[in-house]
Amino acid sequence: MPARALPMFPQAAKRALENTQLRRNMGNATSTIRQKRANVVAEVVDWEALRSAGSAIKQRVMRHLDEYLLQLEAAVQRAGGQVHWANDAAEANRIITDIVRATGVERVVKVKSMATDEIQLNEALARHGIQAIETDLAELIIQLAHEKSSHILVPAIHKNRSEIRDLFRSTIARGQELSDNPKELAAAARHYLREQFFTAQVAISGANFGIAETGSICVVESEGNGRMCLTLPQTLITVMGIEKILPSFEDLAVFLQLLPRSSTGERMNPYTSIWSGVTPGDGPQTFHLVLLDNGRTNVLADEVGRQTLHCIRCSACLNVCPVYARTGGHAYGSVYPGPIGAILTPQLLGIEQAKSLPYASTLCGACYEVCPVKINIPEVLLYLRGKITEKASALNPEKVVMRQLAHIFASPRRYAQAQQLARTGQSFFIHGQVIDRLPGPLAAWTVARDLAPIPKQSFHDWWKQRQSEQVQEPGAGSASMSSTINQQEDQ
Amino acid sequence: MSESVKAIMLARIRQAIAAAPEPEPVQPDFQVHDERDVATIRADFTQNLLDYKASVINTTAAELSRQIAELCLQERIQRLVLPVDVPVSWLPAHIQALRDDPPLALRDLDACDAVLTGCAVAIARTGTIILDGGERQGRRILSLVPDRHLCVVYASQIVGLVPEAIAAIQERAGHPITLISGPSATSDIELSRVEGVHGPRSLSVLIVQDR
Ligand code: SF4
Repeated sequence: MPARALPMFPQAAKRALENTQLRRNMGNATSTIRQKRANVVAEVVDWEALRSAGSAIKQRVMRHLDEYLLQLEAAVQRAGGQVHWANDAAEANRIITDIVRATGVERVVKVKSMATDEIQLNEALARHGIQAIETDLAELIIQLAHEKSSHILVPAIHKNRSEIRDLFRSTIARGQELSDNPKELAAAARHYLREQFFTAQVAISGANFGIAETGSICVVESEGNGRMCLTLPQTLITVMGIEKILPSFEDLAVFLQLLPRSSTGERMNPYTSIWSGVTPGDGPQTFHLVLLDNGRTNVLADEVGRQTLHCIRCSACLNVCPVYARTGGHAYGSVYPGPIGAILTPQLLGIEQAKSLPYASTLCGACYEVCPVKINIPEVLLYLRGKITEKASALNPEKVVMRQLAHIFASPRRYAQAQQLARTGQSFFIHGQVIDRLPGPLAAWTVARDLAPIPKQSFHDWWKQRQSEQVQEPGAGSASMSSTINQQEDQ
Repeated sequence: MSESVKAIMLARIRQAIAAAPEPEPVQPDFQVHDERDVATIRADFTQNLLDYKASVINTTAAELSRQIAELCLQERIQRLVLPVDVPVSWLPAHIQALRDDPPLALRDLDACDAVLTGCAVAIARTGTIILDGGERQGRRILSLVPDRHLCVVYASQIVGLVPEAIAAIQERAGHPITLISGPSATSDIELSRVEGVHGPRSLSVLIVQDR
C-alpha cells in the first residue's frame, strides 16, 4: 500500500454533494436496493439464526486462520493448483505479473474483484505492457471512462444511460448505431467482450469464499462474465484476501443464503461457480491461488477491529447509510466506500492515512442492523475515533476543550460560573435565535450545525428560585427535598 | 523466497490471534430441512423460476422428448448440443443433436443454438438448479456458451432449502459446480434489469414428474 494519505472526507463529500446528478442517482440506487433487500430478507424466517451462524463461523475462521490457510493450501495443491503467499500489494502484483509474463500473453480478462482493485493490479500489469480487461459491465464502463467505482455492487451507478451510450460509441462500439436503451448497451458490451473471452488465455479473478476443507474457491456473480473467465482461458489466477476462508463446504449453506439476499436483494444471484484446483477436460488447466495479507494481519491483531475481517462485501451497509446515500462512494477516496470502508480502510492503510473516515458516519446504527455477519460497525467507528484522538497532540483543540470541560464539570461552582460567563459571552454569536458561527477552533462544530443558545436561566437557578418562593408557603415534602439539594450543593 | 513469505505471514497471524479468546461454537439453529409438503415445495420452485424469467414446463418421462421437440420448434432451435451421456430417450426427432464427444471446439459450440442438460439437484426456495459435472451435465462450458439452456429437472431432485442442496452435493465438492438461478442478467445501467448478458439468454426448465 502506498503510504499516501487519502483526501479528507469532509472536503471530498462537499464536492460530491454539489453534483446533483450523482446525488440523485445515489439516492435512487440505494433506496431501490434497500427495498429489494428488505423484501427478500423478510421471506427468510430463520434470518437471524443465519446471521448468528455467519458471525460465529467467521469468528472461528479468525481464531484459527493459520490452520485454515494451511489446510486450504494443501487441498488446492492436492487438486492440482499452485498457491502463493503475498505480504503486500507489491508482492502480489509481482507474483501475478510473473505468471502472466511466463505465458507470453499481453492481454488478460478480469472478473470484478475488490482485492485486485485494492492492490492496483491493473496499473501494475500495465507497467509491464499487459492489458487487463474488466469484464463486469459496470467495471468495463468505469474502466473505459477512466473513472473510479462509486458502489461496491453497482460501480457505475453514477453514470446515466446516455453517458454510457456516448462512452461506448467512442470506445468499444465505434461507428455503430446505438441507442441508450440498457438492453442495447448490454448487447454492445456482450459483443465486444465475447471476442475477448474467446481469445483470452489468462483470466484473473477474486474470490468470495475459499473452503479450507476442500480447497474449493467460490465466485458469485450475475452476468456470466465470471463463468466465462473461470471456464474458457487455459490459465486462471485467483487473488484472495486471507480472511475469505470458510472452514468447511457445508458453511456455504449459510453464506450462500446471506450474501445474495443482502447484496442484490435476490433470493439467489444468477451464477455461482465453485471449483477446486484443476479438472482435466473442464476449464483452465493451470490454476494459481494468491493469498493476500496487505494489512489484514494488522486488523486481525486488534481485538475490537478484528470483526471488520468478517465482511463478505455484500454492500448492504452502503445502501442503508444516510451519509453514503448522499455523498456516493467517491468521497471516501478508497476502494472500500461506505460504512465498511470507513472502518476497513483506516485499519488496512494505517489510521494516519485515513483519519477523517471514521467520522464519515452519524452512528445511527443502520449498518449494524443489516450486516449479514453482524459486524458492529458503530462500535468500531467509535473505537477508531478514540484512537485518533488519543494519538492527537496535547494541543489538539478537541483535547484542550475536553480537558477544560472535565475541569469545569468536576465542580458545581465552576460549572455555574462557566454558565454565567457563557451566557454573557454568547450574545456576540447569536444570530436569529441560534449560534451559527463559533470562534477559533470551535468553528469546526458550527460549520454544519446551529447551536441553541444557553437559556437565560438554568434549571438549577429556576429550581432554587421556585424553592425560595415556596418557603413562604411551606409544604413538608418539598422543603425536605430542597434541603437535600442544598446539602449536596454545599459539599 | 515464497516459503519465507509464507512463514512470515503465518507468524504474523499467530501473533495476532495469540490472545484471542476461543469463540462460542457455531449454533446450527437455522433451518436445515424444509417441513413443507412436496407439492408446496414444487410450486415454490416453479414460482421462483418464473420470478427470475426462466420458463417452466411440467411434463412426464413419457412426454419429455415430445416437449423438448415442441420447445425447439417454438424457439427455432436447430442445432442442439448435448453432454455425452444424455439418454437417447430425451431426444426429439428432426433436431440436429451434437454430442460433446469428442469435446467440441469453442467456435463449434458457439454455433449451436441451445444446450440440453440434466442437473444434480434443484432448490425451491431460491429457484436454483445446480450442475456438478455429474450424470447428464457435461463440461461447464456446455451450459455457458450456447444462447439457450434447456434443463431437465426430475421432481425428485428438488429440495426445499439451500442447506439441503449443499448437503446433497457435498461429496462432489472437488468437481466444478455451478449454481444457476435464471438466465444471466445485469442491473448495471441505471439499475434496470437486462436478461441475457454473457451466459445463456434464456433458461427453460422441464420438470419431470417421477414421484
Ligand atoms: S460490513 Fe457487513 S453489511 Fe457491510 S459490506 Fe461487509 S458484510 Fe456487508
